[in-house]
Amino acid sequence: MATIEMKNIVKKYGDGFPAVNDVSIDVADGEFLILVGPSGCGKSTLLRMIVGLEDITSGDMLIGGERVNDLAPRDRNLSMVFQNYALYPHLTVYENIAFPLRLAKWSDQDIDAKVREASKTLDLDEHLERKPANLSGGQRQRVAMGRAIVRDAKAFLFDEPLSNLDAKLRGQMRTEIARLQKKLGITTVYVTHDQTEAMTLGDRVAVMKRGVLQQLATPRELYEQPVNLFVAGFIGSPPMNFLPATVENGQVTLPFGTFPLAADKAAKTEGKGLLMAGIRPEHFEDVSVIEEGKLDSSRTFAAHIDVREWLGDQQYAYVPYEAEAKVQDQLKELARESDSDSLRTQLVVSLDASSNAAEDSDTTLFIDTDQMHLFDPATGDNLTVGL
Amino acid sequence: MTSVIANEAKAGNGKKDKEPTSDRSRSENRLALKLVALPLALMLLVTAFPMLRALYLSLFTYSLTAPDDRKFIGIDNYVTALTDGLFWRDTLVTVIIMIVTVAFELVIGFAFAMVMHKVIFARGVIRTSILIPYGVITVVSGFAWQFAFSNTNGFVNDWLPFIGTDFNWFAERNSSLIAIMASEIWKTTPFMSLLLLAGLAQVSEDMLEAAKVDGATWWQRLYKVILPNMRAAIMVAVLFRALDAYRIFDNIFVMTAGANGTESISFLTYRQVIEQFQLGIGSALSVLLFLSVLVVAFIIVKLFKVNLADARQEG
Amino acid sequence: MPRTLTGLKNNIGTVIGCALILIWCLLPVAWIISLSFKSQESVTNGSPGFFPSGGGGAGWSNYADVLQDDQFRRSIINSIGISLIATILSVTLATLAAYAIARLEFKGKKFVLTTALVIAMFPVVSLVGPLFDMWRTIGIYDTWLGLIIPYMSFTLPLAIWTLSAFFREIPWEMEQAAQVDGATSWQAFRKVIVPLAAPGVFTAAILTFFFAWNDFVFGISLTSTENARPIPAALSFFVGADPFNRPASLLAAGAVVATIPIVVLVLFFQRKIVAGLTAGAVKG
Repeated sequence: MATIEMKNIVKKYGDGFPAVNDVSIDVADGEFLILVGPSGCGKSTLLRMIVGLEDITSGDMLIGGERVNDLAPRDRNLSMVFQNYALYPHLTVYENIAFPLRLAKWSDQDIDAKVREASKTLDLDEHLERKPANLSGGQRQRVAMGRAIVRDAKAFLFDEPLSNLDAKLRGQMRTEIARLQKKLGITTVYVTHDQTEAMTLGDRVAVMKRGVLQQLATPRELYEQPVNLFVAGFIGSPPMNFLPATVENGQVTLPFGTFPLAADKAAKTEGKGLLMAGIRPEHFEDVSVIEEGKLDSSRTFAAHIDVREWLGDQQYAYVPYEAEAKVQDQLKELARESDSDSLRTQLVVSLDASSNAAEDSDTTLFIDTDQMHLFDPATGDNLTVGL
Repeated sequence: MTSVIANEAKAGNGKKDKEPTSDRSRSENRLALKLVALPLALMLLVTAFPMLRALYLSLFTYSLTAPDDRKFIGIDNYVTALTDGLFWRDTLVTVIIMIVTVAFELVIGFAFAMVMHKVIFARGVIRTSILIPYGVITVVSGFAWQFAFSNTNGFVNDWLPFIGTDFNWFAERNSSLIAIMASEIWKTTPFMSLLLLAGLAQVSEDMLEAAKVDGATWWQRLYKVILPNMRAAIMVAVLFRALDAYRIFDNIFVMTAGANGTESISFLTYRQVIEQFQLGIGSALSVLLFLSVLVVAFIIVKLFKVNLADARQEG
Repeated sequence: MPRTLTGLKNNIGTVIGCALILIWCLLPVAWIISLSFKSQESVTNGSPGFFPSGGGGAGWSNYADVLQDDQFRRSIINSIGISLIATILSVTLATLAAYAIARLEFKGKKFVLTTALVIAMFPVVSLVGPLFDMWRTIGIYDTWLGLIIPYMSFTLPLAIWTLSAFFREIPWEMEQAAQVDGATSWQAFRKVIVPLAAPGVFTAAILTFFFAWNDFVFGISLTSTENARPIPAALSFFVGADPFNRPASLLAAGAVVATIPIVVLVLFFQRKIVAGLTAGAVKG
């Protein structure tokens, strides 16, 4: 067990493009750190630099306080679960798990004890004599984990370990990984592009974009206080709504109307011209389900809902709106950066399950502007962070 | 919180961060060159070097029976070869053999591939059998068919209608060529069918079902879905086989020894060099043979726009 | 129901197709076997027909004659020796080259592949003249070495293409996984890559052996005695004064003997051969 310190890590390829640019992250002993970001953001490269499969162009990588930049992977004593599991197809499950121990020349007796212990933990006892080709995706995943935990490695590294599993299994294995990590208390770095995995698994999450670390924080902080448009849009599902906004006289003007804004937020944003307002779906509500007397009627507006998705415990409603071309372009760019598509400018609102708002009709909605963030559209910075 | 939407939106974008190229590339380069150097040298030693030597020798009159009379004559050997009707006659024979055999192999090979693709029972037996002609030595195939076509010991005359039992296939050119081509087609069709089978396996079942749902008949599926998707495989098979057929030699050697105008261009070259020891003119023929193979390859590649790199997914 | 009717029709078509394939593949082989059992007298007198007939059978005597023939026995030894040595050397070199092509980034990769391809297409006959001359000059004419060298050069392209296509399919992530698991580069290679690559190497070896065994042009041009003459050449020169009146049944017996090793290989390694044949040309 050990800490992992990354100091100003840079990775440049032959063409000079920095795949990882000046990233510094300290992972505490026993911490579960997530690296998350869209494809090509450098998260896997960073992980491969930790384990030693990729050379570090500049910066220092310290594991347990020792600089490992020039150590071969085998000398770093880390264990890794690969995206495609990298199980050895010619070896049985037992031998796959035993592989690192055999390389370390353990005695057969010790190996057997260790392998059986790992297989018990991972519920693999009945599959030990089978070959990887005859296992299901979930079983292969567990074998890969077995190979990682059987050794007393300083840290676990996971490279998108769940991306080849179907949705249901992914949920189960996610819990399993979290449980295992808690039990073993081992430092873990986990790469994923799935923000749900990031939010649910990590003690802290590092969000990356194009090789640059955007924000390193706890999942709650990321969700509630994103430092910029990218993080705000990447974290959360359905994603945060972005709307063109201007702030004047303590009031924010959105495409749906003008609403009062908290004084501290207004102070930071007033008179700055066109801004980007970010507000999460759950910060809207159908006025008809809000208790009489608790409603601030200055913050309501009429919305035309065209599609409604009822999920049982809640429902999503979609409210299309017209935005000017410039704003549309920026929203498209934002969507592209986080690997998704934006088809039209629309508001996604999460309503109480009891709401009777009908499709293709007008409904009065409440908007909680206290929870709204305002971003500088040029830099993407959150002007209201911490407020 | 629901994750369904985000997961589905992102599931398609499997990450693939770039492969390492910079730091290790130089040592990789060196190691790779070391690894390929010897095989490359060996391949060139036996091809490029003799070819250059042939080019050199072709400018002399040079006979092994009288090596001291070696004399530089410029391009006279080429003039002799190219103005001799024999060269053109043999080239024509070779081209005919190439076109006929490849055409038959393509059609029969495709039919075989379709059958092998469909068959579920006895798959192993069929595939094992189809490899046997491929494995049989060309010389043996030549003998087998020569004797089969023979009017004294063969069975072909017996079995074929409209052919007299004492018809001598090897008495004149056309029938001799038929016998030669039969042996060539027999031996190499399996190879063709295996290449086409591999191509057929690339055509997804889903696509065919979609075509069925769209209302395509069997023929339409074949012409509009299967064949266009197998283009690469077909073209590679045709290229390989055509160049191979252009070099035809073994069958002719054992079946007719070039009698009755059944000589191929390879055979002519061989006869000049090895049997008559005429290294000068023989070398000129060697160079011409090599050039004509290049021309054939070029024509096929250009005509059918074969892209070998495509066919094997080369970067 | 039309559905079952088409199904039936398809099935019948497939069965007929299979039958045709089997006849195609096996008939000439059956013919040469049948011929090898005809007596030499009956062949000389003329015995048309597929099977030995009316007392024209010779039992195993043709085989006995062939195997007692010194030249033929020598040629079998030559063929086996030359083909095996050429195969081992060629596959060893090709493995290294294919590793470089499949695995390493280097300049000239295209050149190597193109060279291999061009050589695979090379008209062999156009080389025998210069080689004949060169081999006589350096004294390896009519020796095993004189055949092993050209066999290697001409099987290398096939082996390199087959192997590099095969190596490309190996999950090389394994090598990295092994290194993370604590293996040295050598251990990663020996314990993980070698077991995975072995089937491909084996396939390439079989195909290479086929090529060497089948060669005729070099066999007749670069040898002059039973010193190095391989089977195909020996068969074609077998009492071959008159090409129209060969001792057919004896030749057939020799041909069957020469084909046995190939048939055995095919029977045992059918699956691998098919994979290897198609790997070089079509992806998958």
